[in-house]
Amino acid sequence: MNADARPSVKPVSSAVGPLGAMGAVFARDVRVAFRQRQDLLNPLLFFIMVVTLFPLGVSPEVAFLKQSGAGILWVAALLSVLLSLDHLFRHDFDDGTLEQLVLQPQPLFLLILAKTAAHWVLTGLPLVLLAPVLGVMVHLDGNSIAILCLTLLIGTPVLSMIGAIGAALTLGLRSAGVLLSLLIIPLYIPVLIFGTGTVAAAAEGAPVAGYLALMGAFLVLAVTLAPFASAAALRISLSNS
Amino acid sequence: MSEPLLQAIDLECERDERLLFQNLSFSILPGTLTRVEGPNGTGKTTLLRILAGLNDAWSGQLLWCGQPRMAQRESFLRNTLYLGHRPGIKPLLTPMENLRALMAGRREIADGALARALEGTGLSGFEHVPCRNLSAGQQRRVALARLLVADEPLWLLDEVFTAIDADGVRAIEALLQQRAEEGGAVLVTTHHDLDLPGMQRITLGTGGQYER
Repeated sequence: MNADARPSVKPVSSAVGPLGAMGAVFARDVRVAFRQRQDLLNPLLFFIMVVTLFPLGVSPEVAFLKQSGAGILWVAALLSVLLSLDHLFRHDFDDGTLEQLVLQPQPLFLLILAKTAAHWVLTGLPLVLLAPVLGVMVHLDGNSIAILCLTLLIGTPVLSMIGAIGAALTLGLRSAGVLLSLLIIPLYIPVLIFGTGTVAAAAEGAPVAGYLALMGAFLVLAVTLAPFASAAALRISLSNS
Repeated sequence: MSEPLLQAIDLECERDERLLFQNLSFSILPGTLTRVEGPNGTGKTTLLRILAGLNDAWSGQLLWCGQPRMAQRESFLRNTLYLGHRPGIKPLLTPMENLRALMAGRREIADGALARALEGTGLSGFEHVPCRNLSAGQQRRVALARLLVADEPLWLLDEVFTAIDADGVRAIEALLQQRAEEGGAVLVTTHHDLDLPGMQRITLGTGGQYER
């Protein structure tokens, strides 16, 4: 055994700072996700299916789609993020890596922030990138599509951040799906209202800066507060398992 | 070396309205090997999770290096290694990536040291095979390789001998003993017949007795 592995109480190393630890968590989650690509495709396929089925099921008329297209895209994006939430901590919980994450000598909320960021990059960001294509399909004009993508870009990280709290809270339960939705959907409603409201205002030619500022405030609030709540919820869930 | 690393004073834990143990007091000194024993369902795993800081549903006092553990969370976490029932191995990652992830946030370590640790647990040649293609025993060995690169003075090991073959068991026993001789403190739960010289015992299921 080499000398540096001698057992003695050591000070908390400054060599591995919180940033390094966050980077490691992020990189690991992305790597795991790319080894299991079908899980990555699920929310995307769901998003595409809902948006394509709407014109078929309700009305393919241009006037209807122009009016409700942004709403359809937003609802579909919201639901597909919701669909992916249960996986956020579940696999890590089952294989024990979540315990090891909690036991890292780092601030837990930062590690959760990195984990949630990875979740957004893997689910929310692809939705944002796909939105223009589907926007064209539902006859939104260029300006509306741009605003829609902007609202999704600001809004989907909020969905991931809030969702992480619910996912952490329901971790110990066997059938968490329904409870997770019930817990999270009420918190998603303001994001949805302002997301679609922004696009509607833009379509009428009204200024949207105020709407976007409010959504930005949601995002700042979610990024700064949600990781603390998720970390606390995780501790409770692990404590009861 | 006489100051205890971890001290438990009057620990009490209730689970599902059943008292698991109460008035449980013990000290974990550097250079000791302690076995937590008792029949199934008497709270061995729960005790280890409490000591590791994963379970908060307890009352009493836990001191780390003589001071309340709560007040020095990071120092405690940095110097404690917990290996649970669930080994903390991602099936989609290779042993090398898993080991690196387990060390993340603790200290910098070279790839060479990790490779040597995997070799030490008989996994050379499997470094870059996804863990889901390995057997249950081999997956446990990946987690055990973590012990070979550990510099933490306190080890909390829950059922380390599960799914390990006879040679592996002997190797782990030797490792634990060597660790204690070097000045580390080891706490294990096991149903395997473990009886090493100088081993302390914490017996649960009898109202929380503690004997030396």
